[in-house]
Amino acid sequence: MRRYIRQRLLLAIPTLLGVSLLVFVMVHLVPGDPAQVMLGERAAPQTLAALRHEMGLDRPLPVQFGRYLLGLLRGDLGRSVRSHEQVAVELRQRFPATCELALASMLLAVALGIGAGVLAALHRGRAADQAGMALATAGLSVPIFWLGLMLVLGLAVRWPLFPVSGRLSPGLSIAPVTGLYTVDALLRGDLRAFADACWHLVLPAVTLSTVPMAVIARMTRSSLLETLGQDYIRTARAKGLPYWRVVIHHALRNASLPTLTVIALEFGYLLGGAVLTESVFAWPGVGRWLFLAVQARDFPAVQGGVLLMASVFIAANLAADVLYAWLDPRIRYDS
Amino acid sequence: MLAAALLLLASGCTDQTDQTLVFARSADSVGLDPALEGDGESFKVCDNLYENLVAYCPESTDLRPQLARSWEASSDQLTWTFHLRTDVRFHDGTPFDAAAMLFSLGRQFYRDHPFHRVEGTYRYWKDMGMDAVVAAMEAPDDSTFVIRLREPYAPFLSNLAMNFCAAVSPTAVQRHGSAFFKNPVGTGPFRLQEWQRDERLVLARNESYWGARPALGRLIYRAIPEASVAYLELRRGSVHGLDSVSPEHVAAIRADPSLQLLAEPGMNVAYLAMNTEKPPFDQVLVRRALNHAVDRQSLAANLYQGLAVPAVNPVPPTVWAHNDTIVPYAHDPGRARELLRQAGFPSGFDTELWVMPMPRPYMPQPTKVAEAIQADLARVGIRARLVQFEWGTYLDKVYNGEHPLALLGWTGDNGDPDNFLYVLLDKDAATKPGQNIAFYRSEPVHELLVAARRTSDRAARAHLYRAAQEIIHSDAPWVPLVHAAQVVALRAQVRGFRLHPAGIQWFHSVYLAR
Repeated sequence: MRRYIRQRLLLAIPTLLGVSLLVFVMVHLVPGDPAQVMLGERAAPQTLAALRHEMGLDRPLPVQFGRYLLGLLRGDLGRSVRSHEQVAVELRQRFPATCELALASMLLAVALGIGAGVLAALHRGRAADQAGMALATAGLSVPIFWLGLMLVLGLAVRWPLFPVSGRLSPGLSIAPVTGLYTVDALLRGDLRAFADACWHLVLPAVTLSTVPMAVIARMTRSSLLETLGQDYIRTARAKGLPYWRVVIHHALRNASLPTLTVIALEFGYLLGGAVLTESVFAWPGVGRWLFLAVQARDFPAVQGGVLLMASVFIAANLAADVLYAWLDPRIRYDS
Repeated sequence: MLAAALLLLASGCTDQTDQTLVFARSADSVGLDPALEGDGESFKVCDNLYENLVAYCPESTDLRPQLARSWEASSDQLTWTFHLRTDVRFHDGTPFDAAAMLFSLGRQFYRDHPFHRVEGTYRYWKDMGMDAVVAAMEAPDDSTFVIRLREPYAPFLSNLAMNFCAAVSPTAVQRHGSAFFKNPVGTGPFRLQEWQRDERLVLARNESYWGARPALGRLIYRAIPEASVAYLELRRGSVHGLDSVSPEHVAAIRADPSLQLLAEPGMNVAYLAMNTEKPPFDQVLVRRALNHAVDRQSLAANLYQGLAVPAVNPVPPTVWAHNDTIVPYAHDPGRARELLRQAGFPSGFDTELWVMPMPRPYMPQPTKVAEAIQADLARVGIRARLVQFEWGTYLDKVYNGEHPLALLGWTGDNGDPDNFLYVLLDKDAATKPGQNIAFYRSEPVHELLVAARRTSDRAARAHLYRAAQEIIHSDAPWVPLVHAAQVVALRAQVRGFRLHPAGIQWFHSVYLAR
């Protein structure tokens, strides 16, 4: 198993290199001179030339890529041309917010998605199944942006149960440890800030969880249905095991493999940042930051952001594969 | 004793010392080094952190003393001597003196200055042409600061009131180096307390401020990208003000007694430039015909929801020397057709109308504006095809004069008419790539604008600029479209907030009524 993980991690290096090259080529192929975009109407020729020089745009492309790679090897993602800040620092400031939101959303999506999927599978064709699947379809098709605004209008303005936007009430502040406000508040023993951070998480987490919840519910339902039809389930029932034990210990465990893949992939997506949810709830994560970086043609920021996303995705996939082996003893990667 | 305690408690309740005001804006500041930044959101915060030798007056771009008590220019207008305040300290305790001022401006000017080469470009120093204007700077003693110019240049003093000329603490710059932009230290009424990127930026009152004590104890800027979400926060009362007002919320804000809306014409202009190098726009009759064809009144009313005034001149009415005696070209399609006939186009002609791909502060809906103009032109026989490019490409192409007709605009920097007329319509700006995208080259206008730069007397300068605007109006290189309003919505209890033509948001005198 260890060898397998090592191999996968080694394989990640060429993948990330490939991603870097691809992103580098893509951002440079997109029309629009970033210096011009940044200066807009006040692009007087001498300012434009100075900014182009500062951004390194007056050097040949291979030289630019070479410098970028050399920086990467030293762990330097470069500086954002928009903010003059180290891209690594920019990411470190925003990734915890994205992580916190993604974790909360995933927690919701997994709990509700698996619950709904199991319920639907066990009551196949009946009202619970139909309601669950209708909800899942709605979750998949409802526009996130609209849903977020509706939740705000209903639960933050009409009935002000939750805050409209943000991560923490303006008057509060938490000294950062991990950057995850809920965790930091607990570490500092600040229960008021913890409650406030949780309170701020509810609406964005619900909004962001709809799509993964729907996907997980559908996947759980179909794979559970398939498993429930297997001979060994019938054998287990015939042995006289209680129904719930058969479902949880035999069916669900086996049915969870495809669901797990879906969970890992969805988690990967969420960790890449959620532009729309972050915009609606003024959530300071990497998604919106990357979106603005693309708009401003902030090359180093875009490259760093995409590299982070790719790394997260690779990690999520690896985690899924490792969990596979743990759940299914038949899978032996070492052999 | 009890009464005294109650009295003390009561006075504590009305005390404004611990007031916190939350202000929402659409994006976070990029950085807080006043010399490096180029975006409005950074400047809005810098306005409260830093101060300059001279400052704009609270509601106009006239100048008043700030860190300089007084100043005088030599008779040849080449040597400017500033007499500095001696009771000012930076937020970090460093005394403000002539050496600090020399440091603040010198780092941008002297190439051998240890802090000249930093991450970023001193772009406003370059963009405002300061390298070409300034010859030298000196600090003969602690309270005297001298700037020598290469040639008389009247807008120079207005430039000194811009953010990039603010005084920064030399101690802090030396200590933080390229990280000064996130550890800003100025002399302003507020200092930076906390900055969580894209989330909140907290300023605290500068307790040792040299001027009147600010009423607010804390000022929190929140970045809320969605205008409708910011509006909901305002309605709920969780923010006290916002400046990203969407036109669709204007009526609701006006109708809500718990809210107030401030609006006034901004220091900007949106225009349709006619490339005078390309036929048929080399003919003044055709250019005048377009001025009669376009219905600016309807643009302002329908596409800006009334949050704009139709433009007559390139210079907005909020800038001194705006010529209000000019009679605008009336919206008159009949007259436009007549002029086209005289120019030799009885059945009109085909052309292209270039439009930018993204909203700009002076034009929130460029495509709709272009469609409205296209319809106006069609009515007089001009068949214009809309052309759009990605923003960077668009700018590159229009600066190089590839367009026949193009939409663009400008937001003023320093409140000086020169900053509109010379930058956008002088023949010096028509060298490709140039910001004069009408490629309008008028010798008489050039002479007036250059003379105005060399004259320090405000009345004489105003006279020259008014004359230039008359020639420009007659030559009609543009169809000036509108001046978009700047809008701020506030909770009703917010007092003391004033809109400034240059878009400055000073919170020094702002407080919350109980």
